Amino acid sequence: MEKGTILEVKNLKVYYKTIAGDAKVVDDVTFSVYHGEIFGIAGESGCGKSTLVEGVYRIVKPPGYIAGGEVLFEGVDLLKLSEEEMRDIRWKKMAYIPQGAMSSLNPVLRVEEQMIDAILDHSNISKEEALEIAKKSLSELGLPEAVLRMYPHELSGGMKQRVIIATAYALRPDLIIADEPVTALDVVSTREVLQTLRELRDKYGATVMLVAHDMAVHAEIDDRLAVMYAGKVIEIGSVTDIFYDPLHPYTKGLIDSIPSIAKKKLIRGIPGIAPSPLNWPSGCRFHPRCPYARDICKAEEPELKEVKPGHLVACHLYGGD
Amino acid sequence: MGDAPLLELRNVTKIFRGGGPYGGKEFKAVDEVTFSMPSEPSILALVGESGSGKTTIANMILGFLEPDGGDIYFKGESISSWLKNRPSEFRRKVQAIFQDPYEIYNPVYRIDRLLKITVKKFNLATSEAEATELIRNALEALELRPQDVLGRYPHQLSGGERQRLMLARILLLKPELTVADEPVSMLDVSLRAVFLNYLEEFKKKYGISCLYITHDFNTAYYIADRAVVLNLGKVVEIGSMEEIIHKPLHPYTQTLISSIPIPDPKSRWEERLELRRLELKEIRPEKGCPFVLRCTHAMKKCEEVKPSLVDVGGGHMVACHLYGG
Repeated sequence: MEKGTILEVKNLKVYYKTIAGDAKVVDDVTFSVYHGEIFGIAGESGCGKSTLVEGVYRIVKPPGYIAGGEVLFEGVDLLKLSEEEMRDIRWKKMAYIPQGAMSSLNPVLRVEEQMIDAILDHSNISKEEALEIAKKSLSELGLPEAVLRMYPHELSGGMKQRVIIATAYALRPDLIIADEPVTALDVVSTREVLQTLRELRDKYGATVMLVAHDMAVHAEIDDRLAVMYAGKVIEIGSVTDIFYDPLHPYTKGLIDSIPSIAKKKLIRGIPGIAPSPLNWPSGCRFHPRCPYARDICKAEEPELKEVKPGHLVACHLYGGD
Repeated sequence: MGDAPLLELRNVTKIFRGGGPYGGKEFKAVDEVTFSMPSEPSILALVGESGSGKTTIANMILGFLEPDGGDIYFKGESISSWLKNRPSEFRRKVQAIFQDPYEIYNPVYRIDRLLKITVKKFNLATSEAEATELIRNALEALELRPQDVLGRYPHQLSGGERQRLMLARILLLKPELTVADEPVSMLDVSLRAVFLNYLEEFKKKYGISCLYITHDFNTAYYIADRAVVLNLGKVVEIGSMEEIIHKPLHPYTQTLISSIPIPDPKSRWEERLELRRLELKEIRPEKGCPFVLRCTHAMKKCEEVKPSLVDVGGGHMVACHLYGG
């Protein structure tokens, strides 16, 4: 275990059983997240990014199952823990905000009850203490206590998401995993939620894992990010590496496909379509869409290798073999 | 009326009344909205956050909803008149572009049959041979191979193919205006680019104008010529896309533009945004400016008097008391 690493995912496989065989949604994924960083996971729909974090948090539901690998969190392999032991980790040490969490708030309960329930569920303290924790957490994230007395429908989407983050952060976990936290939010709310996540790190030293399909979100707050394609991590690097020196042809295509108000340029998109997890292409899974594909790309799967300090890519164009 | 604007909204208002046993409150989803699109081919972005009334406006233009006040004109004639006198012609000339084209096709019809129904319904061809020719041309313009597509069912096509098929159908009809409500928000970026490029090609090559409705300034900036910015049912600013992005005048537009995430790690938001302490859902000022509660320049007048749209030069219009509205 490297110094400063909070989470190390090794060869993680999360498959789904289907009548047509196993869908290898997350297939042999390896990466590390360092203490106190904001680590992004990028990729288009169906690439496995949500399933990956469900695997890390160990909440994959049947017909999905973890088919192999290790998830070392603060040195402990979560996949070897009992369900009891895992409960001690969840929320207290590692919190997870699922996609669409803000619409999962109970509409007939006040925010107060929902926050207290969540806190009590994961700690042995009194209700009064839990209320104090809830208040503190809200105020740290710039929300007034008045929110506690409100019902979810009274709050805007951005406010709800910030309440969710305050709840997730109430017990001061070391790692917060947020899956698409700003999807479906308005522009200004998006900015507020991203700023809130950044403050968890800047002010309180939390480590944040941010899953998002929108590359602009990653550009805004990530320190490093991993790009996924077809169940694999195909590139990892600093945010500047990924945006200014993308190596994988898929990452290049992705970066070139984003329209921006900062500059007007022709965007092209990536020809072809994303493959199905039931039938990933042979060799490099991107080869049918890749403009640089050679014979080796069809035959051999490229390994994720460090080609520059801190910049890893899984592509036969690099590494000289 | 050769020079009439392609589309014109004059003081269009739409009021929804809440349901429930005790009768609901009135809710002005669209409040005296006025804007127009020129007769020459153009792409106009209608930009607003959720609750801005943009989808309600789209539904009124397509004739699915009737305005409660004001009127909408297509080529100088009101939409209610079009629908009364020449509904089929109106339906051909004004087409909606959908986000997920999967749901609009009858799943048990093959693609050739689906497209032939369109040709027949709108009398686009006089013979079977001509119909086939039209369909082939439309498919090829969207880079679909007729022999690959025609014999298949909608579910056998990929997401990207279905999307192009829908655009091919639009091309078959050659409408004068398309209304595209968030057409790309659910699409992956790699498909998004292709879609936006086709909308642009439709305008340039076939003279098809588009009302592009979105919350996303990044894509709007990419394809639109002009933009109308909505806030809580009211128009706050109208201008060329360049001016709206680079010289926004209304404090609301300025707030939106400064909060757009830029896909470039070297241009991050510099200053910290003062987080809103409490933002309730749907607080709408009863009178005055819609942005008054969030505006840092708000004056007494802004609470009382609704600012009107004034032209500050070159067709750039803003509804704000700071500019004499």
